Amino acid sequence: MVAVVLTMVAGGLMFAALGKDPVAAIRTIFWDPLFHPQFAAYSRPQLLVKAGPLILIAIGLSLGFRAGIWNIGAEGQYILGAICGAGVALAFYPAGGWHIFPLMVLAGALGGWAWAMIPAVLRIKFRTNEILVSLLLVYVAQSLLAAMAVGRMRNPEGGGFPGSRNLAQYPPAANGELIAGTGIHLGVLAAVVAVIAAHVLMQRHILGFNISLAGQAPRAARFAGVSPNRLVLVCLGVSGALAGLAGMFEVSGPSGRLTIDFAHGYGFTAIIVAFLGRLNPIGILLAGLLMALTYIGGELAQFMLQIPRAAIQAFQGMLLFFLLALDLMSNYRVRWLRREVS
Amino acid sequence: MDLSAINPAVLMATVMVAATPILLAALGELVVEKAGVLNLGVEGMMILGAICGFAVAVETGSPVMGFLGGALGGAALSLIFALLTQYLLANQVATGLALTLFGLGFSALIGQGYVGIKPPEWVRLDLGAVSRSPVVGTILLRHDPMVYTGLGFVVAIWAVLKFSRVGLILRAVGENHDAAHALGYKVIRIRILAILFGGAMAGLGGAYLSLMRVPLWTEGMTAGAGWIALALVVFASWRPGRVLLGAYLFGGITVLQLNLQASGVRIPVEYLSMSPYLITILVLVVMSSGRGRAALNAPASLGRNFHATH
Amino acid sequence: MKRRTLLAGATLALGLAGAAWAEEPLKVGFVYVGPIGDGGWTYQHDLGRLAVEEAYGDRVETIYQESVPEGADAERVLTQMALSGAKLIFTTSFGFMDATNNVAARFPDVKFEHATGYTRAHPNVTTYDARFYEGRAVLGTIAGRMTQSNKIGYIGSFPIPEVIQGINSTYLHAKKVNPDVELVVIWAYTWFDPAKEADAARAMIEQGVDVILAHTDSTAPLAEAARSEGVIGFGQASDMSEYKPSPRVSSIIDNWAPYYIKRVGAVLDGTWEQQASWGGIAEDEVVIGEITDAVPAEVKAEAETLIEAIRSREYHPFTGPINKQDGSVWLAEGEVAEDGDLLGMMFYVEGITGEIPQ
Repeated sequence: MVAVVLTMVAGGLMFAALGKDPVAAIRTIFWDPLFHPQFAAYSRPQLLVKAGPLILIAIGLSLGFRAGIWNIGAEGQYILGAICGAGVALAFYPAGGWHIFPLMVLAGALGGWAWAMIPAVLRIKFRTNEILVSLLLVYVAQSLLAAMAVGRMRNPEGGGFPGSRNLAQYPPAANGELIAGTGIHLGVLAAVVAVIAAHVLMQRHILGFNISLAGQAPRAARFAGVSPNRLVLVCLGVSGALAGLAGMFEVSGPSGRLTIDFAHGYGFTAIIVAFLGRLNPIGILLAGLLMALTYIGGELAQFMLQIPRAAIQAFQGMLLFFLLALDLMSNYRVRWLRREVS
Repeated sequence: MDLSAINPAVLMATVMVAATPILLAALGELVVEKAGVLNLGVEGMMILGAICGFAVAVETGSPVMGFLGGALGGAALSLIFALLTQYLLANQVATGLALTLFGLGFSALIGQGYVGIKPPEWVRLDLGAVSRSPVVGTILLRHDPMVYTGLGFVVAIWAVLKFSRVGLILRAVGENHDAAHALGYKVIRIRILAILFGGAMAGLGGAYLSLMRVPLWTEGMTAGAGWIALALVVFASWRPGRVLLGAYLFGGITVLQLNLQASGVRIPVEYLSMSPYLITILVLVVMSSGRGRAALNAPASLGRNFHATH
Repeated sequence: MKRRTLLAGATLALGLAGAAWAEEPLKVGFVYVGPIGDGGWTYQHDLGRLAVEEAYGDRVETIYQESVPEGADAERVLTQMALSGAKLIFTTSFGFMDATNNVAARFPDVKFEHATGYTRAHPNVTTYDARFYEGRAVLGTIAGRMTQSNKIGYIGSFPIPEVIQGINSTYLHAKKVNPDVELVVIWAYTWFDPAKEADAARAMIEQGVDVILAHTDSTAPLAEAARSEGVIGFGQASDMSEYKPSPRVSSIIDNWAPYYIKRVGAVLDGTWEQQASWGGIAEDEVVIGEITDAVPAEVKAEAETLIEAIRSREYHPFTGPINKQDGSVWLAEGEVAEDGDLLGMMFYVEGITGEIPQ
C-alpha cells in the first residue's frame, strides 16, 4: 500500500540522518524476517507468534469500535486474563490432569470479560464514558499484577525474586508448541479461529449487521430495535474475553511466568492493529502480521545494523500516521465530490 | 514507626512540585477538550516536550529557553495531530495513540546524546526570612517559577473560559460545532489553535519533569503521566480549579506513600498505588450518574469530527 | 596436471598464510534489559563490551541489543543472535533466566552467560554476579562517619537477597563506626525510575536523612541531594562523576570488563567451562569510585584500609558476631557467612527497624 511505501521513504530518510544505510535498514526490517537464509525459517513462524495476541485482541476490539464502543482498556483485560489463568494453574500445582488447561482457558476468558464488564455496566447504568474507565482500569490492573507477582503468586522457590513459577515448565498448564521449532501455540490458532468467526459474524449473523448499523447510523439502529445496552455488553464482553484469552495464552506459553512487567503493551498495540485493518477481520489479520513484521524486523535491525530501538519505535509511529492520513484522504475525496453535486 | 517525622508543610510543598507536570498537561488538555477534541496523545507530547526542553536548556544554558523549547516541541507534535484530525478527518482515538507511539520513539531518538547530563539550575524564589517561615513560607514561598506559573495558568484559564469572548467561542465550538459554524465561527481554525495550546502545555509539563523535578533525561521518563493528565480532566469535570485539586491528589498519594514508608509505616505499596485511579473512576461514576451529560459538564461535541459539508 | 598442482600449491600457500588469520572473528552477543544510555546498569555492561572489543581487536566482533523485554521477545532475540553466528552470549538481567536456559538447550555449542541468575539447566550456561555487599561495606563506613543527623537512607529496588545483603552490609558497617546510626529504607519497586527515585530521596531528606545510598540506578537521588543542604550520596552502578565533589562523595561501580575479557578469552582459548562466578573487590568487579575531598582525610583513610582488607581477603563484610533482627544468633564471633546463606538472605540484621515487605 501507498502508506507503507511512504513510510519506507520517510523512514529511510530518518535512518540516513542517523548515519545508517537506509536501503539496508528497510531491507532488514521488511525483507529479512521473511526471506533471509539464516533467519527466515525461524522468524517466519515467529511472526505468527508475535502477531497472534495482537490479532486476537484486535478482532475483539474491532467489533466494539465498529459500533462506536471504545474499549481502550484491552491491556488491563489482557493482564486480568493472565492473572486468572495463572492463578488457576498455580492453584492446581503440582497436580497433573488434562482438566487443568481448559480450566485455565475458561478462567482467562472470564477474567478479561469481568474486567471489561466494569466499564460496560458503568456505561449502561451511569452513562460513564467507557474510554476513561477502561483506561484507568489498566493502571489498576498493572498494580494488581505487581501485587500478585511480588506477593501472592510469587514463586516460593524463586530466591526471593518477584515472579510466579514458570508455567511453561509445568506440563498440564503449559501452552506448548504445536509444531516443533516454531513456537506456534494455541493462542495463534485461537487468533485464526477468531478471524474466521468474526468474518462470518459480520457478514452473515444478525449481530454483525446490528453492530455495523449502530456504528454508521445510530438512530436508525434504534428504530430497528437494536438495544444499545445489549450491544455494549456484548461488544465489551467479547473484546474483554478475547483479550483475557490472549493474556492467558501468553503467560502460559511464550512468556512462561507472571512477572511485574509481563504486559508489553499488546492491548494498546492491538488498538492500532484494529485501525490499520480498518476494523475488518481479514484486514486485521494482515495488519497484525505487518505490525509483527516491523517488531521482528526492528529487532534484527537493532543488532545487525546497530539501529537504536528508539528509531524503530518512531518508525512504527510514522507508519501509523501515514496509514491514517492516506486512509482518510480517500474518504475526504468522496465528500468533496458530494459537495460539488449539492 | 515515627509519624512525627513527617512535616505536613514540607509534604505540601513537595506535593505542589510533584503535581505541576500533570497540572500543566491537564490544563492544556482541558482547553483542547473544551473545544470538542479528544487528544489521547498527551503522553507523546509531554515526553517530546521533556526532551526538547532538556536539549534546548543544555545547549543554551538557560532554563527559560528550555521551557520555551519544550512548549514548542509539544506544539509541533500536536500540529501533526491537528492536521490529521481536522483536515484529513482521521479518527481522533487512533491518531492520538499513534501520536503517543511516535512521540515516545522520536523523543528517545533525540535524547540519545543527552543521557546523564545535568541541566542548568533554576533559581528558587527566596524572600529571605519570609521564605523560611515554617508554614506559609515553606508551602508558598520557596518554589521555582514554574510552580507559580502553573497556578497562574489555572486562574488564567478559568477566567478566560468563563469571562472572555474567546472562551465563549471555544466552548460554543465544543458544545455544538454545527451551530457555531452556522454562526460563522471558524470551527477548524479554533480547534487547531486549541490543539496547539494543549500541545504546548503538555510540552511544558514534560519539560518541567526533565528540567526541574527529576532533573534528568531518560527514555520514557513520563511513565504514564500523560494518561493521568487525561484522567484528571474528566475527574475535574472540565473545570480548571478542580484540575488543580485532582493534580494535588494524584501527586499527593505518591509522595505520601513514600513518606509513610520512610517513617516506618508498613503499607502495601501496590494497593496504595491503585487508589488514585479507583478514586477517579468513582468520581466519574458519581458525576455521570447525575442529571445526565449536562452534569458531567463534558463538551457535547467531544470526540466527534467536524465536517463542514454536513 | 601442472595447472592443478599450481592451483593446489596456491591454495595450500593461501591456506597456510591465512591459517593464522583464517580464524573468523568470534561473535559475542550482549542482551541488555535497558538502554545503553541509562548511565547505570546497562551502561556499565556496555562499557564491559567495549573493553572486550579493545582487548581483542579483530579477533572478536560484538553485537548487542538493548531494551529487550523479558519473556518471549528475549527468547526470540537470543535465538536470532545464535542463528546469526554468535558463539558467546551475555544476558544481563535476572529476568532473562528462562529465555537463556531455553535457548541454551537448542544451541548446545553456543555458550551463555547469565547475570545475577541461579539456574544452570544446561552445561553451556554459566551464571555470574558481583559481590556488591563488599562495596556497600565501604560506603556504609563512610556514611556512618559522615552523618550529622545519625540518619542514613537506603533506596531499595525489590526485596530480594541481593538488595537485603546491601542493606545489611551498609548498616553493619555504619553502626560499627557510629553506634547511634539509624537506617531508613524505602522500597521503590523499580530498578530505574528517576522520578520515583527523586521522590523517595526527597521523602527521606524531609525526614532528616543526610546520607543516601541507592540500589536503584539513576542519578536522581544525587540530584535531589544536590539541592538540599548538607546531604550527601553515592554514585550507584556507575561513577556519576558530574556530582563530584559533593554530594557524590564516592561511588560503587559495577566493573564487568575484567570478567568479560576473561570469559571471552576462555572461549578463544577453548578453556571455557560452566561455572557460577561471584567476584567482588578482589577481582575488580566491584570498584569504589574516587573518594572526594568532601570526606575528611581520616575517614578516607579508614575506607581505603577497609577496601584493602577486603581485597586481600583478610576481612569479610559478614563476620560475626551478628544477630538476626529477631535477636537470634546468626554468626558467632569470628564466623564468616557462607555464600549459600548470603544468596538466600531474606532477613535483616539486628538493629534495623522495619520489615521486609512480603
